[in-house]
Amino acid sequence: MDRQGNILFTGVGGQGILLASEITAYSLLAAGFDAKKSEVHGMAQRGGSVTAQLRYGQRVYSPLIEPGKADILAAFEMMEAARYLPYLHRGSQVVVNTQKILPPSVATGKASYPEKVLDVFKEHDIAVTAVDALDIARQVGEVKTVNVVMVGALSRFLPIDPAVCTEVIETRVPERFRQVNLQAFAAGREASK
Amino acid sequence: MKENTLWMSGNEAIALGAFETGVTVASGYPGTPSTEIMENLSRYEGVYTEWAPNEKVGLEVAIGASYAGARALATMKHVGVNVAADPLFTAAYTGVRGGLVILTADDPEMHSSQNEQDNRNYAFAAKVPMLEPSDPAEAKEFLKTAFELSEELDTPVFLRITTRIAHVKGIVPTGEKTESPIAVGIEKVPGKFVMLPANARKRRAAVEERMRRCAEIAEEADYNVIEEGDRKRGFITSGVSYLYVKEAFPEASVLKLGMCWPLPEQLIRRFAASVDELIIVEELDPFLETHIKAMGISCLGKELIPGQGELNTAIVRTSVEPESGGELFEAPELPMRPPNMCAGCPHRGIFFNLSRMKLFVSGDIGCYTLGFLPPLSAMDSTVCMGAAVPIAHGMAKAIGEGAHDKIVSVIGDSTFIHSGVTGLINTVYNNSASTLIILDNRTTAMTGQQHNPTSGSDIRGEAASSIDLAALCRSVGVRHVYEVDPHDVPKTREVLKEAIALKEPSVVISQAPCVLLPEMKMKKPVSYFTNQENCVGCMSCIRLGCPAISWTPFAEGEAEKRGYKKKQKGISKIDEIVCNDCGQCASLCKFHAITRGEE
Repeated sequence: MDRQGNILFTGVGGQGILLASEITAYSLLAAGFDAKKSEVHGMAQRGGSVTAQLRYGQRVYSPLIEPGKADILAAFEMMEAARYLPYLHRGSQVVVNTQKILPPSVATGKASYPEKVLDVFKEHDIAVTAVDALDIARQVGEVKTVNVVMVGALSRFLPIDPAVCTEVIETRVPERFRQVNLQAFAAGREASK
Repeated sequence: MKENTLWMSGNEAIALGAFETGVTVASGYPGTPSTEIMENLSRYEGVYTEWAPNEKVGLEVAIGASYAGARALATMKHVGVNVAADPLFTAAYTGVRGGLVILTADDPEMHSSQNEQDNRNYAFAAKVPMLEPSDPAEAKEFLKTAFELSEELDTPVFLRITTRIAHVKGIVPTGEKTESPIAVGIEKVPGKFVMLPANARKRRAAVEERMRRCAEIAEEADYNVIEEGDRKRGFITSGVSYLYVKEAFPEASVLKLGMCWPLPEQLIRRFAASVDELIIVEELDPFLETHIKAMGISCLGKELIPGQGELNTAIVRTSVEPESGGELFEAPELPMRPPNMCAGCPHRGIFFNLSRMKLFVSGDIGCYTLGFLPPLSAMDSTVCMGAAVPIAHGMAKAIGEGAHDKIVSVIGDSTFIHSGVTGLINTVYNNSASTLIILDNRTTAMTGQQHNPTSGSDIRGEAASSIDLAALCRSVGVRHVYEVDPHDVPKTREVLKEAIALKEPSVVISQAPCVLLPEMKMKKPVSYFTNQENCVGCMSCIRLGCPAISWTPFAEGEAEKRGYKKKQKGISKIDEIVCNDCGQCASLCKFHAITRGEE
């Protein structure tokens, strides 16, 4: 993928998916692409399964990614990676945070968290890059930077220079959080090697 | 990005458009997916914005501003137009002085709504022109067109967006700020603004003449456009559906209707005659299709295109060409992840109690509707804003003697002010003994923490008068008003029991702020933690369904090995990062297994 692509962000409400998709979008725009992004607000943001859909190219019409057409899946939680398998095709790239966030049925002991949940991608010829974004964010010194760690990991698969992303972080993130987010980005990119 | 362009959501673009078009008064009630329009507009200088208590009031404020000559905007979600329908249908008769635009944000697929009504039907029913953009850039452009049409034709004009315009971001060109040509001030035109029958009959005729003229304008307007292509198949479409058609069938001929009411009949006839097969692609109701078929034009529509839920490129393509789908993978079976109340949410304390009290809980619209979901499962009906209170009263009247301790209604502070208070007045006036629980979390939480008449701040966060809910309830005649801290779960249960046992109307006000309020987020993070050696695995805290508390089951023999009683099945643990310091779990734990961090 180079001149056009579809990136699906998935995770759990409250993980900062909107900001991650926003930094990615601004980076693609700065590199000269047209883009459209679709978000879900409202009730789903209360700890439910959430997505942001980002499409870029020379000219983008639809704001929604078709099932089977996502080139990259940036999943902020393991189970929320597997849930969106229908959006992927053979040759898609998954960038996943290995963090587990227990849904209510699991947290209350009514169901169990699925084991080896990422194996499903290999069965469909989909490459997986797994990073422990929560641990990396802790090491950087701010657990809330999980989302920017993920942008760093994702950036390796974007058709743009990482300097474009760091410039976006420098201009878009408030000053008091800037340094830690730049570190989070760099650490995430390093971890996805 | 090119110069003079911005990356914006549809809602941000509409706010910018309102500013550039010279709107000076805007009123609305928060509702997904419309909320961010007013939030963004409130940050522009020279525009008066406000949160109204409900959509009817919001539209009436905008009508008043228009009568005074200002360009005025009223914003609401699709179901908000139901609330505002009364002034809408008559404002169509009076017409305007300054331009008046009503923004309706529809929610196909019900991402955050209780129904998926298609508000294009309101344009037809109320005889009001409606424009429908396809993306954020058009949303801004069409808002400007809507104001020009409103002043030219002396009518309110609808701008209809859907979730995939409101919450879609795209590149939006900025423009010059313009001013309305109309002078602001008092101008008495009684035959026009006073809708007693004799005047209304004259205005009724004016409405017909105006819609005829509007249809003529629509024939030539640049927002209704034929894109010539392969003539074997032609599509008529509007709104976001246009984008799906362009992507699924890039070669086809398309008639894109930027105005979905009234329709340009001659243009549609010309287009229909120029293609072999005519297909109407629209989300939800067969609105265009019905009116095009009524012109005697044969076409395909809902025979192919689903009438429920959102469309997308794949649905449009495979509806028209069923053989065109590629390989699709199936999702593995996984536990569901429905939305949940936040850790530390005050509503949880109330619903935990209600779930154990064997009551019919008449609920309402807000975050607290999540009280329906397991493990709390403590909501038995939810219809629309404000309905909780009259539904409980109606049930009590139907059941008669003995209903007083079996039914409660639950409503949020903002929803109570929106339209719950009239229900409470009815409960008192017509005397039923149901108990109303008002969940006062100091904000309109579901839509993203907007201020309301009980929160003490206006839309810009500046100090405003604040309604005393207890005093309001007493003033309408409720003699028993209680206030509780929902985080103290056992104490709250006692108060609820006492109120419900009464044979006359009572109100319990649950008072604790939403954890998502900025002032709550700024607080020094203190969390509760589990003293695991004291945990007996009783699951009392687990049953709260708090996202910060999880259950770890023991493997066989593990309990004894770890020094617990043989029969213990597992232990609970609090995630200290997720915990928001409410203490509900500690108030339930009888084994001193949960302690606050500082203590």
